[in-house]
Amino acid sequence: MAYALQQLINGVTLGMIYGLIAVGYTMVYGIIGMINFAHGDIFMVGAFLSMISLLGLAAFGITSVPLALALTLIFAAAIASLYGWTVERLAYRPLRGSFRLAPLISAIGMSIVLQTFVQVSQGARVKPMEALLPGGVQLMDQGGFAVQLSWMQVAIVITTLVVLAVFTWLVTRTSLGRSMRACEQDLKMAGLLGIDTDRTISLTFVIGAALAAVAGLMFLLYYGVIDFYIGFVAGVKAFTAAVLGGIGSLPGAVIGGLLIGLIEVFWSAYFSVQYKDVAAFSILVIVLIFMPTGILGRADVEKV
Amino acid sequence: MSLLRLSGVTAFYGAIQALRGVDLEVNEGEIVTLIGANGAGKSTLMMTVCGQPQARDGAIIYDGEDITRLPTHAIMRKRIAQSPEGRRIFPRMTVYENLQMGAEVAGNVDFAALLEQVFSLFPRLKERVHQRGGTLSGGEQQMLSIGRALMSRPRLLLLDEPSLGLAPLVVRQIFGAIRELNRSTGLTVLLVEQNAFQALRLADRGYVLVNGGITMAGKGAELLARPEIRAAYLEGAH
Repeated sequence: MAYALQQLINGVTLGMIYGLIAVGYTMVYGIIGMINFAHGDIFMVGAFLSMISLLGLAAFGITSVPLALALTLIFAAAIASLYGWTVERLAYRPLRGSFRLAPLISAIGMSIVLQTFVQVSQGARVKPMEALLPGGVQLMDQGGFAVQLSWMQVAIVITTLVVLAVFTWLVTRTSLGRSMRACEQDLKMAGLLGIDTDRTISLTFVIGAALAAVAGLMFLLYYGVIDFYIGFVAGVKAFTAAVLGGIGSLPGAVIGGLLIGLIEVFWSAYFSVQYKDVAAFSILVIVLIFMPTGILGRADVEKV
Repeated sequence: MSLLRLSGVTAFYGAIQALRGVDLEVNEGEIVTLIGANGAGKSTLMMTVCGQPQARDGAIIYDGEDITRLPTHAIMRKRIAQSPEGRRIFPRMTVYENLQMGAEVAGNVDFAALLEQVFSLFPRLKERVHQRGGTLSGGEQQMLSIGRALMSRPRLLLLDEPSLGLAPLVVRQIFGAIRELNRSTGLTVLLVEQNAFQALRLADRGYVLVNGGITMAGKGAELLARPEIRAAYLEGAH
């Protein structure tokens, strides 16, 4: 019981990180129907930006942890957004209107470019960082097994929830969010209503990249080690989460992220750590056999 | 003074030529209709005015300004609105949100007044205001499509087959609304119709489009009286 509770806490924390990344996949897919394979690497860049920012702030003597985290969050999100914007501008927009696979291939190319860039500029070795928020609270003790809720986990879950709340407000309540949904539902019609669709698509990439950067910061805080390759595995997992939740659906992405996080953690805890990815992807296969559009996905049936 | 003038406009879909040197003029305050068979290029002409696709040759002059090479969104911000072929309602947005999208170019200026105007024209939309666009019936979607176009306070309204697939009663209601708007606000309308009889009766002038080129032009009543028009477009259409 205590053991399961501990795994639940760990799984939700991990799932939040996957969910944040998955939102970026699902948004871009919804609006231009492509899988942005470079998105995982934007997440990785976000993690590196976070580390640079935290070390830089420490060097300048800013020791207040909440302040350092807030500044880092803004810094990483802003710079990663710039990366996201540039990737779209350079690698995807010129290919819009060409055949469907072209942007997919340039996305894989962008992914390699970003990985190699970070590998060369930051070095290939694993970068460790000391824990910023040590300690936690002991929730219960059962037969010598103590259920720990670390401050780090609390911070990750709260930050993610706040970021997702702001994001939801943006999409459902603002004029920009409405334009994004309009572009997602009918790009051509959005243009006919005077929406600058190129600009809206750019902003979608910017927002997705900002969320990925937040996930990068969370990842860095949680694991304390990063390298130039983390974007690949996390990206594939988050993409899986997006498909599991129903690609194109924003709440689906978060739900899918939580599920993948929970499956991974529970499998590791009760069966074997080595096969955790096999478990996550097997469940994806099974779900897709019975629900081809994912949990909250919809079949594209529209009235003409 | 012509509000919209096309001269020698050609347009292509890939290698296929859809418009062959179209000359057309719409004067301020007029209702002009474009009739022609399926595949004649009527909808292409409407979309070309909006820059989708852009005209390859020729010029499109709107309100004295050359808009031929402008991107779609820039054209649509000049108070041109289109209710396109197939209605293109945002299916997962409510009626209200669809209308908000229509008002996007107008900013929030007069939003409440415009909404009231659309609701008085199409009371059905008011009843359905919180329903999703995709759940509306065909006729309601058509009303929403026209209402959405009107939310941008257009000077020029491009209407592509507003009567398609609708019951005669609804068609009459929609045509009545168009005439009413034209009379009360001086709205200029370019109307594409399969239903040539009704369109020509409504319109001040008409053009006949065949294989991407204009073959005939004249006052609505004149075209209605021509035997070749009657033979080609009106037989059995009553």
